[in-house]
Amino acid sequence: MWPSLFPEEASTIAPRVDALYFFLVAVSCFFVVLIAGMLLLFAIKYRRRHEHDVGASIHGGMVLEVTWTLIPLGIALIMFVWGAKVYFDEYTPPPGNSVIVYGLAKQWMWKFPPMDGQREINELHVPVNQRVKLIMTSQDVIHSFFVPDFRVKMDVLPGRYRTMWFEATRTGTFHLFCAEYCGTGHSRMVGQIVVMSPSDYQAWVAGGVSHNTLASAGQTLFTNLACASCHSAASGSRGPVLNGIYEQRVKLQGGQSVIADDAYLRESIMNPAAKVAEGYQPIMPTYQGLVDDEQLLELIEYIKTLKPAAASAPSVTTSEPEGQGTSQPITEHGKSSSAVSSPSAAPTAQR
Amino acid sequence: MSTAVLPRENYLNTDYGLRSWFLTTDHKRICILYLLTITLFFAIGGAFATVMRLDLATPAADLVSDETYNKMFTMHGIIMVFFFLVPSIPATLGNFLIPMMVGAKDVAFPKLNLASWYIFTAGGCFTLWALISGGVDSGWTFYTPFSTLSSNTNVTLAALGIFIAGFSSILTGLNFMVTIHRMRAPGLTWFRMPLFLWSMYAASLIFVLGTPVIAITLLLVAAERVLHLGIFDPARGGDPVLFQHLFWFYSHPAVYIMVVPGMGVVSEIVAAFSRKRIFGYTFVAFSSLAIAILGFLVWGHHLFVAGISVYSALVFSLLSYFVAIPSAIKVFNWTATLYKGSISFATPMLYAFGFIWMFTIGGLTGLFLAALGIDIHVTDTYFVIAHFHYIMVGGAIMAYLGGLHYWWPKMTGRLYPEGWGKLGFITVFLGFNLTFFPQFILGYMGMPRRYHAYPPEFQTLNVLSSAGASILAIGYLIPLVYLLWSLKYGPIAGPNPWGAKGLEWTTSSPPPKHNFETTPIVTEPAYNYSELEETAVV
Amino acid sequence: MSEIATSEAAHPAHLQHHFDSLQEQSQVASLGMWVFLVTEILFFGGMFTSYLVYRSTYPDAFAIASKHTVILIGAVNTAVLITSSLTMALAVFASSEGNRKSTVNFLTATWVLGFTFLVLKGIEYTIDFHEHLVPGAGFQMAGTNPGHAELFFSLYFIMTGIHALHMIIGLSVLLVILYMARRGDFSPEYHSPVEVMGLYWHFVDIIWIFLFPLLYLIDRHR
Repeated sequence: MWPSLFPEEASTIAPRVDALYFFLVAVSCFFVVLIAGMLLLFAIKYRRRHEHDVGASIHGGMVLEVTWTLIPLGIALIMFVWGAKVYFDEYTPPPGNSVIVYGLAKQWMWKFPPMDGQREINELHVPVNQRVKLIMTSQDVIHSFFVPDFRVKMDVLPGRYRTMWFEATRTGTFHLFCAEYCGTGHSRMVGQIVVMSPSDYQAWVAGGVSHNTLASAGQTLFTNLACASCHSAASGSRGPVLNGIYEQRVKLQGGQSVIADDAYLRESIMNPAAKVAEGYQPIMPTYQGLVDDEQLLELIEYIKTLKPAAASAPSVTTSEPEGQGTSQPITEHGKSSSAVSSPSAAPTAQR
Repeated sequence: MSTAVLPRENYLNTDYGLRSWFLTTDHKRICILYLLTITLFFAIGGAFATVMRLDLATPAADLVSDETYNKMFTMHGIIMVFFFLVPSIPATLGNFLIPMMVGAKDVAFPKLNLASWYIFTAGGCFTLWALISGGVDSGWTFYTPFSTLSSNTNVTLAALGIFIAGFSSILTGLNFMVTIHRMRAPGLTWFRMPLFLWSMYAASLIFVLGTPVIAITLLLVAAERVLHLGIFDPARGGDPVLFQHLFWFYSHPAVYIMVVPGMGVVSEIVAAFSRKRIFGYTFVAFSSLAIAILGFLVWGHHLFVAGISVYSALVFSLLSYFVAIPSAIKVFNWTATLYKGSISFATPMLYAFGFIWMFTIGGLTGLFLAALGIDIHVTDTYFVIAHFHYIMVGGAIMAYLGGLHYWWPKMTGRLYPEGWGKLGFITVFLGFNLTFFPQFILGYMGMPRRYHAYPPEFQTLNVLSSAGASILAIGYLIPLVYLLWSLKYGPIAGPNPWGAKGLEWTTSSPPPKHNFETTPIVTEPAYNYSELEETAVV
Repeated sequence: MSEIATSEAAHPAHLQHHFDSLQEQSQVASLGMWVFLVTEILFFGGMFTSYLVYRSTYPDAFAIASKHTVILIGAVNTAVLITSSLTMALAVFASSEGNRKSTVNFLTATWVLGFTFLVLKGIEYTIDFHEHLVPGAGFQMAGTNPGHAELFFSLYFIMTGIHALHMIIGLSVLLVILYMARRGDFSPEYHSPVEVMGLYWHFVDIIWIFLFPLLYLIDRHR
């Protein structure tokens, strides 16, 4: 009975959430027992014995008032700081290698387009003990990615990329729920996360039949849409050269700048006029309606694979030291993995 | 009890015709009109809840279709929140008692008061029309872009219904504020006012400041659906999360509209049945105002996983903890009031105990939701459902029923049967806890809210919860039956059956049309029980 | 203090039964209107917030879109409305002096100015319509993201539309007050309807004072 009344602790963050939870349960039990006990005690001890009895003339006490204001306040502040710490770590992807997974939510399914390997619907295979970074968007309404056994949840919004991460610590199959009401099939928008040992995971990836990776599909699309007619060195600088642009700082018209993360690339394709790179005219047409969310992911993934050219475009400054923008496929995992730096990931997740 | 006859002339028997009810400007009759209307809405909302709980007794979605289930929880939420809980205590007990407690003949704007009821009923009819002509499936929260772009149900109608009913809230709040400011009897200073008035004043502040924001927000949703404006449409640059900010700017304070009047009722009951002044009167009074004001600064805690920045989440979390403090102060003060009191276990007092129990659990679990790290896990799960039902149903309805029992003799001139009253309380109390306590555990296990079908491991607790719901349903029927019975057969109450203090108990039951024979003059603080018999005993 | 006159017969004509004096009644009425105006501020506040959020998100699109508003009509309307506030204030003063003739004259002037505002606003809406600035089907704007510009005009029409609705309600109530004034209802002791009407009218005026720069003026030079 007991194990079935509590979710498994299957991620690195789960024990930390549970520790805080148990602290709050303990505090709550204390106060419930205290208050209920006092109520009962007083109610019985001072019950009315004669019809016309009245209570004692007590009007209040400053010491008591201050005590029961300050003590709860102190306890509340402990809860606040502790909770904030857990939240901060949970919503800020740490630096270092992670397996990157794209998630597409739509009424009423979860799609995980393949970086390489297998296309998955309502099922996501991940390796155990390795950080997984999820970049998610929705094709229609708001959904929410919720894995109770990992204690993670994040709303998935249309028109935005949101990034979350988790690291599974146990192999097995875990529920994936949509937690934000999204219409008729909301309670059917469930799936599972399959956490596999590294060797099993490897075998699973190798078993994949598809060789059409996200990036290669993106390349085809890039050619078909004739993006290179502007975005190439040969085009006479009508549009910025995209090689090596990913995760770099781009100067904008008007002096501001922006990191060319997933969200910026998406916006530049859908609403080109929103943030125009310095030195270029807002001549690019919108591709809204021409490419869907999945194709967008393909295009962005392709852009990420473009190696920096010898001479970078004038508007792109290489402010960040690490060799970003090159996702190095890890052969033993099959999934592409890149050195992701947290400062650029955070604004993606929390705009 | 001394005189076993009803007063010869009272507000109930001055006129009998339908016109005298539907065109009345008497706040006491308007209270009765509201009482009937919201009881009807409560029955409709409760029926939806009952069917949902029946459906959820099995993991498979086998009783109704997905569409029907979604419409049911939407209508349950809309009706219960906007047409029962928000008006419950203010529009009934508030209407009846505020003029009596301030010693006035009526509220400041009696015609506006009647108009408020008509507006409320019109809004209710709109919403019922939306229900009958196909239903709404957007959830009572109307989250965009689902409500604006995806749902093909009667969202516009329902939103307009709430928009209309909102004006009733605004005008009621306005009326109460002006009444409390300007109509107090000679000698009734602010700090001699009963705590119910303080809490109604705080609730009125929220009515006046919050309701217009939900009104414009729902108007925008309706306009977007009809005119395709794109304000919340991400494809055209609109921001669906902006809707959530605007929505919760009202809807979080709305929770305090439901519970702060309940706190006022509980303060009255605890004082009357302990025959003792409320411990720390000024702290309890100001904590109502503090809740009303701080309540406007915490809406962001509904958006911790929705896409706000980490830093604004920190601020909203901290402020949410601050709003917990005045609530804690109230609970401690009520408990301390019992110390050396003369405590009676009459039905209203049992409901007050019930309220304190429910509110303590509901409030403490609110701390879990304000803790950012836990909120990620439990938001949008049954944990939240359990939490807000403990506050809004456990808390607000307990107080509403307690208040109804406490002032029933004043409103009708007759007493209800005490034994049945206690039985009703015990049934409601047990049924409620059995229904909603398992949902905390379900929520932490990860069962998402608004799920029609669920994995089998959640079934045991869902069956418990459904069993509790059936007990709860019976529990709500018991008072309905004996209160109606008492209208004709209940013993005559007399002006002050409880031996309570307060201006409303100085006039006959039911009160005359103009409440008091002569304008009362107040010379003592509220709850001055120690002056009844003995002189200050410390 | 103990024996406050409560007999119905002693009540002046306009005193409602639940008040003790006309002065009390008048204080209650104006407090009621003040509270109502607080509500109104929050009502418009929701729209102003949405507008400011989008304005700061899409500054360029909003700047370009706002150039398409008809500033001449906007400016003239601002002048018209400010003048009407003056005449309204004079009407309140005249009624408190018991000057029936000037009360009627000033109220009439206020009504005419308010009506002028609405007529001009109608003309402006017609121009907007012909320039395809009405959101929904047929919205056109070159030089910027049409979706964002459409957002500007959605907010423009909602905000000015709801302001115009307030004007229409105000003009209707003003007709009733005008009728009462002509009938000679008001006196130095009893003129709170005019006073309360004045509060409302000034409020609607102030809302426009905020709408005009927000919608027409900011970034117009760009």
